[in-house]
Amino acid sequence: MAENKKLDRRDFIQKGARITLGASLAGIGIAAATKASAEKYVWQIDPFKCTQCGRCATDCVKNPSAVKCVHAYDLCGYCDLCGGYFKPGANKLETGAENQLCPTAAIERRFIEEPYFEFIIDEELCIGCGKCVKGCGAFGNGSLHLQIRHDLCDNCNECAIARVCPSDAISRIPASQAYIIKGNFTETQES
Amino acid sequence: MKKILSRIFLLLLFSFVFFAAQSQQRFPKPEFESGYEQPTPTTPEPRSAGMEWADVFVLLAVLSMASWLAIKKRSRKGMIWLSLFTLIYFGFYREGCICSIGSIQNVALAFFDSGYKLSLTVLAFFLLPLIFALFFGRTFCAGACPLGAIQDLIVINPVSIPSWVRKTLDFFPYVYLGFAILFAATGTDFIICRYDPFVGIFRMNAPYIMILLGVAFLFLGMFFARPYCRVFCPYGVLLNWMSKFSKWHMTISPAECIKCKLCEPSCPFDAIEIPVNEKERTESSVRKNLKRFSFYLVLIPVWILAGGFALSKAHVFLSRANPTVYLAEILITHPELKTDTENLDIQTFLESGKSMQELVEEATLIRNKFRRGGWYLGGFLGLVLGIMIMNQFTMRKQEIYEPHKGNCFSCARCIDYCPVEKKK
Ligand code: SF4
Ligand code: SF4
Ligand code: SF4
Ligand code: SF4
Repeated sequence: MAENKKLDRRDFIQKGARITLGASLAGIGIAAATKASAEKYVWQIDPFKCTQCGRCATDCVKNPSAVKCVHAYDLCGYCDLCGGYFKPGANKLETGAENQLCPTAAIERRFIEEPYFEFIIDEELCIGCGKCVKGCGAFGNGSLHLQIRHDLCDNCNECAIARVCPSDAISRIPASQAYIIKGNFTETQES
Repeated sequence: MKKILSRIFLLLLFSFVFFAAQSQQRFPKPEFESGYEQPTPTTPEPRSAGMEWADVFVLLAVLSMASWLAIKKRSRKGMIWLSLFTLIYFGFYREGCICSIGSIQNVALAFFDSGYKLSLTVLAFFLLPLIFALFFGRTFCAGACPLGAIQDLIVINPVSIPSWVRKTLDFFPYVYLGFAILFAATGTDFIICRYDPFVGIFRMNAPYIMILLGVAFLFLGMFFARPYCRVFCPYGVLLNWMSKFSKWHMTISPAECIKCKLCEPSCPFDAIEIPVNEKERTESSVRKNLKRFSFYLVLIPVWILAGGFALSKAHVFLSRANPTVYLAEILITHPELKTDTENLDIQTFLESGKSMQELVEEATLIRNKFRRGGWYLGGFLGLVLGIMIMNQFTMRKQEIYEPHKGNCFSCARCIDYCPVEKKK
């Protein structure tokens, strides 16, 4: 009899604890669900905030980085003397590697018609260092900019670059609209 | 479809700002005569949201399977195959992300940052294993956790750890959990993801030091079975609570335990409870224990206060983990660094046009969060420690061999050792 009573008590405690835990789980679940969103989110760089610090090339968990240079052709001046392609003070406007800003020669310079050239990024080679972006922004229209490429990005729970980005340029945006490509404009999207 | 939509959206956006921006370009867009067609930048789509739901579905299936294998089928072999699947799917294919362990941080951040958008799939990853644990024990650890799987499959020559060492180590997951929540809630860092020792192995790509850590864990794991699970895993704390009160936890014996002791050495995690010799329980020892128990029970509020006080005092130090606080502090204490052109963070800040005052205000806000968080975290850890010490003096009643419901991973190894026949 005494044995039975003890068992009953143990069962009772177990049951009570189980219900309490279950209820708190439900509570957390419901409270969190009100803050949740059915939309999927991905990491992306806001090109208007990015200052091309170079960490995108070094801090991504992927090697080479999932960040690549993107060319917003709409904004491009097709310059012969491209500030993103040539080193400042390059002595010859030639495609020789010593004249190029890009450390991996990932930019192809293609003649279109006098005096215009098209610049094409080879994503296989680009490491996302942003050197060209800086050059283009300083001397040109700013048509080159960095973006996280979602075919390469693992969509880490916390983007390793976002953590170290000095400009706070990386944040989560809805996956249905996963890029912030500079268009034919030079101000931020909102303005 | 989504691609088209996003294109349309971008197009609209382009035309909207077209006139405003045209004048600001340094070099106008040329008018081509050669019929050159301007390409559009490509935008490769991310993995679809549907696939994320497929992951949730796989998790649900694996959890159900693991629970069935542990409780109904009682098959270690099946569990090994399931772990292998989990290792390949959630580990190598999904590259260990998103995992339930890391999801703690997302949920915590969602509670403290109203701007944070928590994905429903992540919430599902957080809740499902806990719900299962409440009914079936830690079957998530047995078959559905990629970190557990990689450690479980390499247990070669496990050694038994003395109980006092184990009980001391039991405290660390609480510390890890507490700090993970503190850092996530203050928007500082996701330390669980950052210091996940195995994600580098799953991705076959990580900083050198993390790979080294992963390999070290695996090597250690050959002898000290599941080191991450037992000494670090913060999710294990929550699972432990749930599992302790689970409704149908797996048992070693399919029927009545005959106390043959055969299963005693079978558990690599020292999770089997051994019967207590009732004869040792004398009147005086009971009284002595009860006295100590009550003493430590009364002491618990002291632990809580001491913990809270200590960690809130440490908030200045702790908050340095936050980049904003760190930047503000270094600018105040070392103003000469402003001329250091090598220091990217400082240079970027100086060029950003943000005023020092704004930065300091932001940093103070975060630091205050750390002070408050320090009280909560310290209090929590004090409470845990107090209870752990107090529990040393409970009179455990144990008559048969059975798994410790909280610590058992439900891996099903012990089942094969029991000679008792299943009742028909
Ligand atoms: S880390 Fe930030 S500032 Fe630096 S290149 Fe990347 S996005 Fe730009
Ligand atoms: S300079 Fe850097 S960012 Fe630009 S194309 Fe070359 S590797 Fe890519
Ligand atoms: S989310 Fe991960 S993979 Fe993607 S850019 Fe950031 S660090 Fe790289
Ligand atoms: S204790 Fe943690 S790491 Fe280990 S199997 Fe369980 S959830 Fe995974």
